[in-house]
Amino acid sequence: MKTIASLKIGERGVIVGFTDEVLSLKLLEMGCLPGTQVTLTHIAPFGDPIAIKVTGYTLSLRIEEAQTIQIV
Amino acid sequence: MKKAPKIALIGNPNAGKSSLFNSLTGLRQKTGNFPGVTMDKLIGKWHIESDTDAEILDLPGIYSIYPKSVDEQVVINILANPQHPDYPDMAIVVVDASNLKRNLLLFSQVRDLGIPTILALNMIDVAENAGIVINSVKLSRELNVQVAEVNAKKGIGLNGLRLAVNKTLETKYGSNDSLPVDYDTDLVEEIKEKYGDTDDYHALLWLAEHDNLKQFDEKQRAGFDQLQEKYHWDTQKFQAKETMARYEVLNEIVDSCLHQSPVEEDPVITWSERLDKVFLHRFWGYFIFLGILFVMFQAIFTWATYPQDLIDSGIASLNDFLKTQLPKSQLTGLLTDGLIAGIGGVLIFIPQIAFLFLFISLLEETGYMSRVMFIMDKLMRRFGLNGKSVVPLISGVACAVPAIMSTRSIGSWKDRLITIMVTPLMSCSARLPIYTILIALVVPETSKLFGFFNLQGVALFGLYLLGFFMALFSAWVMKLILKTKERSYFIMELPTFKAPRFNHIMLSIWNSVKAFVHEAGKIIVAISVVLWVLASYGPGDAMQQAEIKVKTENPTLTGKDLENKIAAQKLENSYAGIFGKTLEPVIKPLGYDWKIGIALITSFAAREVFVGTMSTIYSLGADVEDQDATIKNRMRAEINPTTGKPLYDTALGFSLLIFYAFAMQCMSTLATTYRETKSWKYPTIQFVYMTALAYISAFIVYQVLK
Repeated sequence: MKTIASLKIGERGVIVGFTDEVLSLKLLEMGCLPGTQVTLTHIAPFGDPIAIKVTGYTLSLRIEEAQTIQIV
Repeated sequence: MKKAPKIALIGNPNAGKSSLFNSLTGLRQKTGNFPGVTMDKLIGKWHIESDTDAEILDLPGIYSIYPKSVDEQVVINILANPQHPDYPDMAIVVVDASNLKRNLLLFSQVRDLGIPTILALNMIDVAENAGIVINSVKLSRELNVQVAEVNAKKGIGLNGLRLAVNKTLETKYGSNDSLPVDYDTDLVEEIKEKYGDTDDYHALLWLAEHDNLKQFDEKQRAGFDQLQEKYHWDTQKFQAKETMARYEVLNEIVDSCLHQSPVEEDPVITWSERLDKVFLHRFWGYFIFLGILFVMFQAIFTWATYPQDLIDSGIASLNDFLKTQLPKSQLTGLLTDGLIAGIGGVLIFIPQIAFLFLFISLLEETGYMSRVMFIMDKLMRRFGLNGKSVVPLISGVACAVPAIMSTRSIGSWKDRLITIMVTPLMSCSARLPIYTILIALVVPETSKLFGFFNLQGVALFGLYLLGFFMALFSAWVMKLILKTKERSYFIMELPTFKAPRFNHIMLSIWNSVKAFVHEAGKIIVAISVVLWVLASYGPGDAMQQAEIKVKTENPTLTGKDLENKIAAQKLENSYAGIFGKTLEPVIKPLGYDWKIGIALITSFAAREVFVGTMSTIYSLGADVEDQDATIKNRMRAEINPTTGKPLYDTALGFSLLIFYAFAMQCMSTLATTYRETKSWKYPTIQFVYMTALAYISAFIVYQVLK
C-alpha cells in the first residue's frame, strides 16, 4: 500500500487509512481524515521530516509517521 | 456590580486566540500561574455590560481535549474539573475560518462538556482569499450556538462578540448528553456513582484521562483502572472512534454552511510558500538560522551590557548610600550586602532576558521558529533530542530557568526529559562574567589567531561551543540509557508566516521578565542572604579573633587597607571559609586552593556570585573603581606557595573555566527541574552528573596542562 512517505514534492494523494492506532488519533485531530487530499510540499534538508498540505494548512511529520498514513 | 463571569478563550494554536485576548483586554491583563504549575496564566478584564467586567482567561492552544503535551494538560485539568477555581462560566472557542472543520472538532468537544459556548469565527479574510465563504447565520443555527464573526488582529467584531456573550449568559445552557458516539451507559452510571454526579461526557473524559487529571488521588485513579478493566475500556479506540464520529457530524454541517470556490489546478503560490523555499532550503535554511543566532548573541552579549552596567552601578551606589546613612550594624550588612546585593543579582539579568524573549517571541510570532524545528529535527534526533529542543537550547544561553520551562511543548516525555537534563550545559549568561575574568587572566590579549581573530574572543566562543557539544553528547548518552515504550513524534503545524505584532512582543517580554523576577528572584535572593550569613559568621568568637589578629599583626595599617585586610581574615574564619578549607583536599587535584574553594561554595547556589566572592577574598572593598580590572590584577599577582610562580597560570585558568562551563551551580535551575519533572530524582541526577563531568574534565585539563 502506498503511504504519504512515498510521495514526491508536489504529488498528491487521498488518505484511506492508518496503520498505527496511537498516531491515528493525533493525525485525525490534526485534520488528516480518510478521504482528505494531501500534497507533499517540503522535505527537510536531510530527507526527514516532511511537510504536507492538508485541509488548507501545512503539517510537518517525520517519515516514520508518514509511513502510517495510507493513501491512494 | 454583578459577579464577573469567567470566560475562557479556547482554540487551536495559531487560530488567533492571543490576538483576541489582547484585543479584548488591552493592557488590563495580569499574569499568574496555574495552580500547581508554573505555567503562564493570562487573565484580563473585558467590559461586557455597563456594570459588568468579564474575567477573560487565555488558555494554551490545543487541538482537542485529549492532551498530548504538558501545556495541553493545563487546559484539560481546568475543563475536566467543574470545581476548579478557573473552571469557566463560558467558553469562547476561537476558530480559524480557513480551516473550519479541524477547528470545529475542538469546539464540539468543549460544547459537549456542558460549558456554555460561543464560536468566534476568525480569519475570515484568509478564508476568503482561499475561496472559502462561510454562512455564519446558518452555522449558528446548525451548531445551536451564537456565532460571532471577528477579526481578532484588527479588533473588529468585538461588539458582535459582546452581544453573543450576553445572549448566551442569559439563556441557561444544559449539558449535552447526546454524544455523537456510542458508549456503555452502565459504565458511565458507575463512574457517576463513584466519582460524583456529572454529565456523561465529563464522566468519559475522567475515565480516559484520569492519570493526567490532578483532581483525582492515587486511590481514585486505581478505581478508574479497575473500571477500565471491568468494562474492557480502550481509551485509544474510544477517542479515535469519537473523533471520527464528530467529524462525520461536522462534515455535514460544514458542507451545508461553507461554499468553496473551485480551486485552480495550479493554486497560486502564496508568499508563505515562497519564504519556505528559502527558509527550508538545504543551504540557505541553515545559513539564515545561523545568521539570526549570531545577531541574537550580539544583542544578548553586547547590547545588553549597557543597561546591565547601569543596573550594576545603580545597585552599588544605592548600597554605598545606605552604608553611609545607616548605622554600622549587622542588620545594615544583611540589608546591603545580603538582601540588596541579592536583588541586584536578579535585576542584572533582566536586560539579557528581555533581549532573549524579544528574539524568541519575534521568531515564534512570525512562524519562523517552527521552520527551525523542522530543519533541525533530524539532526537533533540523533542525539535523543527533538526539533522542538532547539528553543530550550537557544534560550539556555541566556538562562536555563525559562529555557527549561519552554520544554513543555515537547510532547514526548523522554525527549522532554533529556532536553531538561542537558539544557544547563549551555553556557548561560551567569557564566559570562566568570569567563571574561578568567580568559583575561590566561589568554594573552594581544595574540591573534591567523593574525585576524582576537584570541580571547576565540576562547570565549570555544567555551560556548564546548557547552553545546557537551549538551549534545550528554543527550546522546542519556538516549542510550533511558528506555521508554513511549514514542517520540513530530506531528506539528507549520503556521503561515505572519508579521509580528509589536504589542504582543512587548507583552510577551514584559510577562517573561516578570515571571523570571518572581520565580528565580525568590530563590536567588534567599540564597544570597544565606551566603551572607555563612560568610559573615564563624564558630564561637572566631570573627572577633580574626579582627584582633589583623590589628596586632599590622599595627601600622589604617583606614581602608585595614578594613579590607580584616574582611579577608574574617572570611577565612567564617563558616564559608571553614567549608572552603575542608574542601581543599578534594579540589587540590584540579589546582584549586581554599580561596577558590570558598568561591566554589558560594557560587554553588548561583555562579554569578563568583566574581563578588573573589573580590572579597582578595580583600577588595566594594567601592573600588573598575572592580573587574582590579580583581584581575589581584588574581594575577597571587603566587602559588609551592612553585613560587603565579597561581593563575594557564593550567589553573583553563581548569576553572572548564569547571564552570560544566558544573551545576544554580539552585534556581535545580528548583525548576524539580518543578517540571515533579520528582527529586532528576534534579539530583542532574546535579551529580554535571558536577562529576565538571570535576573530571577540570582534573584532566589541569593535569595535562600542568
